[in-house]
Amino acid sequence: MLKRFAGYTGKYKKELILAVIFAIAECGFELIIPFLMADMVDVGVANRDLPYIFTRSAIMVVCAVVSLVLGTLYNRMAAVAGMGFGAQLRRAEYEKIQQFSFSNLDHFQTSSIVTRLTSDVNILQNALSNGIRPIVRGPAMIIMGLVMALLINYKLTLVFLVAIPVLAGLLLLIMRKLRPMYGKLQHALDKVNSIVQENLTAIRVVKAYVRGQTESEKFGTVNEELQKTSEKAFGYAVLNTTVFQGVMYATIVCLLWFGGGLVQTGGMQVGQLTGFLSYVLLILNSLMMISGVFMMLTRSITSARRILEIMDEPIDIADHENATNTVQHGSVEFRQVYFKYQQSAKEFVLSNINISIKAGQTIGIIGGTGSAKTSLVQLIPRLYDVSSGQVLVDGHDVKSYPVAHLRNAIAMVLQNNTLFSGTIRENLLWGNPTATAAQIDRACQIACVTDFIDKLPNGLNTVLGQQGAGVSGGQRQRICIARALLKNPKVLILDDSTSAVDTATEARIRAGLASGLAGTTKIIIAQRITSVEHADQIIILENGQINEIGTHQQLLAHNPIYQDIVAAQQKGVAG
Amino acid sequence: MARSKPKNIKYTLKKFSVYFKNHAFTLTLVGFMAAVSAFTGVLGTYLLKPIINNYILPGNIPGLLRALLLMGGMYLLGVLCTLGYSQLMVRVGQRIIRELRDDLFNHVQTLPLRFFDTHTHGDVMSRFTNDIDTIAEALNNSFTVLIQSFVTVAGSFTLLIVLDYRLSLIVIGSFVLMFLFFRYSGKKSHRYFARQQKHMAGVNSFIEEMVDGQKVVKVFNHEEENLANFTTLNEELRKAGTGALTFSGILIPVSVSISYLNYAITACLGAVFAISGSIDLGTLASYLVFVRQTSMPINQFSQQVNMILAALAGAEHIFEVMDEAPETDSGTVSLVKVRHTADGSYEEAELSNQFAWKTPAPGGAHYTPIKGDVRFEEVTFGYTPTHKVLKNISLHAAPGQKIAFVGSTGAGKTTITNLINRFYEIDGGKITYDGIDIRQMQKSSLRQTLSVVLQDTHLFTGTIADNIRYGNLAADDAMVIEAAKLANADSFIRRLPQGYNTFLTSDGGNLSAGQRQLLAIARAAVADPPVLILDEATSSIDTYTEKMVEIGMDHLMQGRTVFVIAHRLSTVRNANAILVLENGEIIERGNHDELVAAKGRYYQLYTGQFELT
Repeated sequence: MLKRFAGYTGKYKKELILAVIFAIAECGFELIIPFLMADMVDVGVANRDLPYIFTRSAIMVVCAVVSLVLGTLYNRMAAVAGMGFGAQLRRAEYEKIQQFSFSNLDHFQTSSIVTRLTSDVNILQNALSNGIRPIVRGPAMIIMGLVMALLINYKLTLVFLVAIPVLAGLLLLIMRKLRPMYGKLQHALDKVNSIVQENLTAIRVVKAYVRGQTESEKFGTVNEELQKTSEKAFGYAVLNTTVFQGVMYATIVCLLWFGGGLVQTGGMQVGQLTGFLSYVLLILNSLMMISGVFMMLTRSITSARRILEIMDEPIDIADHENATNTVQHGSVEFRQVYFKYQQSAKEFVLSNINISIKAGQTIGIIGGTGSAKTSLVQLIPRLYDVSSGQVLVDGHDVKSYPVAHLRNAIAMVLQNNTLFSGTIRENLLWGNPTATAAQIDRACQIACVTDFIDKLPNGLNTVLGQQGAGVSGGQRQRICIARALLKNPKVLILDDSTSAVDTATEARIRAGLASGLAGTTKIIIAQRITSVEHADQIIILENGQINEIGTHQQLLAHNPIYQDIVAAQQKGVAG
Repeated sequence: MARSKPKNIKYTLKKFSVYFKNHAFTLTLVGFMAAVSAFTGVLGTYLLKPIINNYILPGNIPGLLRALLLMGGMYLLGVLCTLGYSQLMVRVGQRIIRELRDDLFNHVQTLPLRFFDTHTHGDVMSRFTNDIDTIAEALNNSFTVLIQSFVTVAGSFTLLIVLDYRLSLIVIGSFVLMFLFFRYSGKKSHRYFARQQKHMAGVNSFIEEMVDGQKVVKVFNHEEENLANFTTLNEELRKAGTGALTFSGILIPVSVSISYLNYAITACLGAVFAISGSIDLGTLASYLVFVRQTSMPINQFSQQVNMILAALAGAEHIFEVMDEAPETDSGTVSLVKVRHTADGSYEEAELSNQFAWKTPAPGGAHYTPIKGDVRFEEVTFGYTPTHKVLKNISLHAAPGQKIAFVGSTGAGKTTITNLINRFYEIDGGKITYDGIDIRQMQKSSLRQTLSVVLQDTHLFTGTIADNIRYGNLAADDAMVIEAAKLANADSFIRRLPQGYNTFLTSDGGNLSAGQRQLLAIARAAVADPPVLILDEATSSIDTYTEKMVEIGMDHLMQGRTVFVIAHRLSTVRNANAILVLENGEIIERGNHDELVAAKGRYYQLYTGQFELT
């Protein structure tokens, strides 16, 4: 896992290496300076050697300056490397998500993807930028401390041999306990975040039903759970300090006892004992430092896993080799198509679908809620792949087209249409970034965006909030249609895209599509008969199967479902 | 950022201190134990010398044993205190964080819709995640480390002054130097941290919005552009973050260097004193040892300063939201349950199912039975001060009437309904409910008497039953099922694998748009309000379902005042009054027959539909 993440240091590898080098150099100084300090007292002061003290002080001042420079450089490099790593990781993850297919997206909750891109990356980034120094210094200090201690007295090092494994063992135990807790912690955090997110999205419902109180209670529960989980996890984590202090103090007392004995029997000098003590402290301190890093890593592992889950998600829709076809005309054919969203699902969402649509035709799809109308059309631009059978465009399997080309040629207005924050013009340009003013104008004409655009304070430059806040539902749908039209598609799919548009406007949109996009195949999912009655073919879907295909007249003549719908919709007007 | 930062830090600290106050006792205890723990550490080092000099050197083994036992006991106390304060601090810290999170969430609940119109979800989310995280991080460590460093520094410092006050001037000098540097760089890095948090919020809201709309991104092959935009934002965050980290990290090498300088100067001066005989060698030696010891906690302290600065930037961000004014709700008229008394007046009765408005008056409250009579008088409104969306709207809905709004999209139909439940405050005119100005009503009471089925259906994580019950928390299962039947949602719910207990996640993404709307209608049905607002409620339901819903709706609408916005004229035909809106003004009003006879805009719409059928 480490290796995989190491890759994301990428172009900041140089800084990372430099940071390590500077940290080592800084650490070297830190090891030299105590000798200088000790010499000043032991030699200079003891011998009343003023020049010696002055020269040593001068050397120390130089050291101080050098270590300031090294420290600053280290700090800069670590900052650049750490943040660079974070940025690259975040970008790589985001890039991967851009490749996700619809079914990949269905695997993860939105809020969970967001956390994986934000706080999880932050945790790893902090681990790197805070971890370099201790991970370099720790081992260096331990080695040097051990060597010095051994040189002074090998018998006393036995105390070490007991103390180090005890400390290491206890710290390891704590970490083992901690790891699953951090997993739980992240889970609890996810829950809190998803409640907040849900609340923000549905704030109007919350306010309309005066449910602020309930929401607060709901939040209070998950918040409390998070608090309890964090208390438990961090309660374990801070045991570290206690354990370390206990072991350190015990070591000091033992060393004084055994050392005192040794001094007594002449096996050691007093000065050596105090020197030994300071090295012991150095070693234990370094161990603590290393354990701190491991603690951080334990926490990071959970985040790292979650990020890898994204990175390792197999992309199920990708360009096939030799996918070089281009869509010329826009005919669509379904051949014995079966489809289900998950391999493990028992029943097919669509079964035995056979449809043939000629280029330029208008097709209406009508059917009850849950009859899989949306599922059907999503197969054409390969938002999902069929489970069996074939979908063909211009007589070629959709898989034989490059995905990007296919989706450019097939414009689809989704049922849950999303506009993004930015101006209306920016949103329209999604359809075609290089669209000219004339093209935009034409698309707006057809989609009847022109009707309201001039009444908005800044016309096309009106800034929309998130989710297209600032325009009404019907206006949003019309902007979405215009956006799709700008793609100048061979096939246009409208998935219930005019439900919030009034009938008169809808009729004008329909007329505009018919005259303005004569050569484009138009597939329209709708609830209203008026939306589809002029279609060349009307497909009636029922429970994922085709009930009948025919024209308005044919269906009206003998299809009971169609007759029912027509009767229901005419009642209001004629009756 | 034009605001002056130091003042902000003070303000933020003041606001934050409220959270500390709630845990004053525990925090004092934590502080005390941390101090004891630090003190035993200092004392232990201090005791080394006498132990060596008095027991080890003379070979006094029983004395050494006694001294070590004493030292061990003291150390044990120190360790116990460490255990105590660290465990307590974790709990206090987490509790404070929880309170902060609760308060933030609760405050967000009270904010007016305008706040949500102007802040992206990601921006608000970031305050719940990033900002809270940095505060938690600081609380977990900084508080106790600060106390400990302080005690250690103060302890060693006292010893230094006792040993030689002249030399300690140098130490004081270096402390002052360090402090000045902390202040200088503190201000600077605070600015960097604030910038980092800002960019972080920017990246987060971009991620949130795009991940949310990822399916649209795919349909438009917009992945490349998106990635490019993301890369720009990400780069900005990287730069801001690197700046913050660079600036804050500099404290450590600076404080280390200053401590080296301090030592060197002290040694030189001390040596001069020693030669001149004004200080003895032993004192100088132990003095220098102490100088060395003080540098460590100071370094620790400087590391904490960074965490605290980051936390302050986070706290500032959070208090920014907390300082947003909540929805104004100065109304005093409330909704109560009443029953008739013998003399024809009303009295409050907990068990009654009759509701009334209670208007507090000097001589006892005045009760107005609830009817559902809604009146608009010359109402003017705009989302922005310059652009009026509604102009001089007057209308009257008598109890039980069905009022329909017809008009092209953007004519202001939804806005009208947003005003009835006071999502927004009107700019001019008056809206009354049962003769009472709605501004005099408590918002909660007002909204309790209105049910809205919104254009966009939002469902919550939870079971289907929970989602319906959202309309009336007191509803039992039978009432939930009845409401679902009324909305014709019952049959599709029963076909779901777990029926009413089917768990919905992620805004009910696994249901079709029509099914979601049926649930929203059922939710409104279970609330059983005198006034009902249906905004596009039936737009995504197929005709089968719609037919059934209509029947249910007719039942539901009985005896209620209903405002309905529907594009299918069929749904508004039987309304008592149809208001045709255009550009925020009512251009026609009347019932279906009258309007058709008038041959105005409604007639055009109506014939348009007819023609198309």
